[in-house]
Amino acid sequence: MYTQYIDMHSHIVISQSDGRPMYQQIMEQVKQRVAVGEWAPGDEIPSIRQLAIALRVSVITIKRAYLELEREGVILTQQGKGSIVAPNTGLSPQLYHEELTERLEEVARLGNLLGLSGEEIARRTREAANRLIDARLTKEIV
Amino acid sequence: MNDLSVHFDGVSKRYPHFSLEDIHLELPAGSIMGFIGANGAGKSTTIRILMGLVHQDEGSVMVLGHPMPLDQAAAKLDIGFVSEDMRLYGQATLSWHMDFMRPIYPRWDQAYGEALARRFDLRPQQKIKGLSHGQRVKAALLLALARRPRLLVLDEPTTGLDPVARVEVLNELMAVLADEDRTILFSSHNTLDVEQISDQITFIDRGRIIDSDDKEVFLDRWRRLRLVLPPDGVVPRLPGIIEVGGSSRLPVLTTNRFEPAMVSVCNDLGATVQAVDTMTLEEIFVANVHSRRERLTA
Repeated sequence: MYTQYIDMHSHIVISQSDGRPMYQQIMEQVKQRVAVGEWAPGDEIPSIRQLAIALRVSVITIKRAYLELEREGVILTQQGKGSIVAPNTGLSPQLYHEELTERLEEVARLGNLLGLSGEEIARRTREAANRLIDARLTKEIV
Repeated sequence: MNDLSVHFDGVSKRYPHFSLEDIHLELPAGSIMGFIGANGAGKSTTIRILMGLVHQDEGSVMVLGHPMPLDQAAAKLDIGFVSEDMRLYGQATLSWHMDFMRPIYPRWDQAYGEALARRFDLRPQQKIKGLSHGQRVKAALLLALARRPRLLVLDEPTTGLDPVARVEVLNELMAVLADEDRTILFSSHNTLDVEQISDQITFIDRGRIIDSDDKEVFLDRWRRLRLVLPPDGVVPRLPGIIEVGGSSRLPVLTTNRFEPAMVSVCNDLGATVQAVDTMTLEEIFVANVHSRRERLTA
């Protein structure tokens, strides 16, 4: 009974070098999960205690994250029944795509400012993506 | 969650060269408290009083509903205690120790003990004297965990462990909390471990508790504000300022009562807020201890 939660939600990653408080890191990743539809409206989400154990993070930190998520309308918590994803969260992949487009335009503008070719900008973007993947892999191994 | 597993009320203990003064501690069932202090701050003395190993001069101590030290025999059946100076029999094996404990503790869980041995990478047939420091700590922890105690008291459980062993130990501590009635108190000077898994945090320094609260409250209220003052500007008077550092034009304020509204208050007073930095538990602890010691000597 002591291992069943350990790997269930380990795709949520907490970094002690992130700089942001742990509860905010958790909130962001829950929202992403909801936005991309991995956690659908009405889905039951892990209880506070389950998630705390899975992430090896204190109960009070998860409680804080859930409280804020509830305040933002992302989840609903019913006393004694656990939490579910809210029926209408307002989060959608669309929003993330729009933000990505915006940031990419910013990247293009800066690249232009530095006199970089489109090819060069694409190469740098690809490198950044690879660095991120490398960092994730290292973290998983650790 | 409202039951207190541990309750210290006005506890004091005086030695010729050290005294523990007026200790109040409340640890709700189902939570983890991290007990942080420098070496010699009084962590171990407090824990010894909790265990009934040292008798307080004043004050009352209740552990799992038992008055201590009066009722310590009954209380100890439900407390798992691991400390650095815990001795296991060097000539005996880990499985000998497990067999020894089994008849004493009614809730001894042999299957869990064996699972822990595998997870901790311990060989039950190996003699204790052949184990490394880290392996001994894990062996002692296994013996405490397999009793399934309602209260786990760990004095510096992660000290001297390598990073892999530390993570294994922290994982098992979190797993204990799956059961909402079980409580953990652990002392440490490794604030990173404490910051990650604790619900409540208590700072102790020079025999006194200097602060005790929910971890999230600590992390929320303590901030470092980096300001830029105009020439002849004065440092704004803000609530809860613990420390003023930096230079006269570029002061750095540490507050333990941060509110987002402080930023606009500073701006209104002509001071530009360059950055509001969150602080790690370690920084909070050190600032707390410094300001406390300065006030005492002032």
